[in-house]
Amino acid sequence: MKERLDEQTMALRVARELQDGWYVNLGFGIPALCTNFIPENKTIFFFAENGLLGFGRNADYDEAGRLGWRYVDAAAHPVLPVPGMAVFDYAEAFDMIRGGHIDCTVLGGLQVSGKGDLANWRLPIYKGKGGTIGGAMDLAACCKRVFVVMTHTEKSGKPKIVRECTYPLTAKGCVDLIVTDIAVIRVTERGLTLEETAPGWIAAEVQELTEASLEVSPNLRVMEL
Amino acid sequence: MPVNKVVQSFDKAIADIGDGASIMVSGAQGPLGVPRNLLLALRRKGVHNLTLITATGYRSVSAARFYGFPHAEDWIDHGILIDNHQVSKVICAMAYVPGRDSILQKQYEAGEVELEHLGHGPFIIRMWAGAAGLGGVYQPVGIGTILEQDKEKRVIDGREYLLEMPLTADFALVGADKADSYGNLVYKGTGRQYGPIMAKAARVTIAEVDEVVEPGGLAPESIVTPGIYVQKVVRAPPEVCK
Repeated sequence: MKERLDEQTMALRVARELQDGWYVNLGFGIPALCTNFIPENKTIFFFAENGLLGFGRNADYDEAGRLGWRYVDAAAHPVLPVPGMAVFDYAEAFDMIRGGHIDCTVLGGLQVSGKGDLANWRLPIYKGKGGTIGGAMDLAACCKRVFVVMTHTEKSGKPKIVRECTYPLTAKGCVDLIVTDIAVIRVTERGLTLEETAPGWIAAEVQELTEASLEVSPNLRVMEL
Repeated sequence: MPVNKVVQSFDKAIADIGDGASIMVSGAQGPLGVPRNLLLALRRKGVHNLTLITATGYRSVSAARFYGFPHAEDWIDHGILIDNHQVSKVICAMAYVPGRDSILQKQYEAGEVELEHLGHGPFIIRMWAGAAGLGGVYQPVGIGTILEQDKEKRVIDGREYLLEMPLTADFALVGADKADSYGNLVYKGTGRQYGPIMAKAARVTIAEVDEVVEPGGLAPESIVTPGIYVQKVVRAPPEVCK
């Protein structure tokens, strides 16, 4: 087995895409790890859909207790306030999302199609109306940029970058960039462009694990980590 | 007669809520903003056949346990009404994680509970339409997804939108930090949650607050939910988690 990037390294790579001054939403899981990789010379305002903008790092239990659990993020993790933070309600938060005010959302993914469709809210094995849509559809459909960070394949080896999503869709044609444990792929009007490979991987090997066809960028390079 | 919306007990505050009522309940993320004592009173009263309009279809016990809240097993939120079989319909943004021992899943699959699973933005925009007296709203979320089903679609300036119908309720139960006796509310931290929108969307709003002050005790500029939206106020006893 060739070596793939671990979760922290994937988060590091996608975090590098976040630009100074952006208002950014991070999904649960790998996306949330991006907070570990923002250099001090960059100001990123993190957005939580339960009504927080520009919050600090996660608080531990003692810190949270001292603050009376005053500030929590969308996963109910306690967070620390930082100067310049703003609080509001859910309705305001979803105006920010729906109105296209959020510069970027980094989301996890179950499948991304060759056209940039995203499926990430529900496995197809669920029956009936189960699952938790939450804010995923709003974020994917309305943020200015949608970055997906996920393993390149399922645990079984099945490709997650597919011709057509077979899992329930979150939003159509919404994804701009895919960062996986072996590649960085940009979604353009023409389809998927392979821009970077993880160290030790070549384009043909990435294509082999990708169901959708990849155009190889003339500037293809190895990820700098 | 001076107006005083303060009610002396939780049981009195919810006395008008009967079988078949529709109820919006705020709070889902963290301990702030959850109207715990109003929910406990509603469980005591044992009203049935409720339509519950709320963020999640579950009790956040696992989250409470994970974050180390004291008495996590006794965590109180809107989920206690589902657990106690008082609900016949749930309208929510997050239904349940299948297989994670969900009481709503069991009740839904047994046909005991009707479920409308909306996603967050549509859930909120429908309440907003109800609050603002609109006949419906075209919004862009859910195109190409299961949320499209049975909804009118319209293209406006080249972009597709779905028509969402207004959502109102007989009652809203909200948690806030302080109220004055006219029902003006201020919130603490991320405890606002759905309080402001639900208070507007429901016909009768009952607020559970940590502190009640006289009119004038809240700076006018600081008021988040004006008292016109709030019909009853009741003060919560001090709690471990707060």
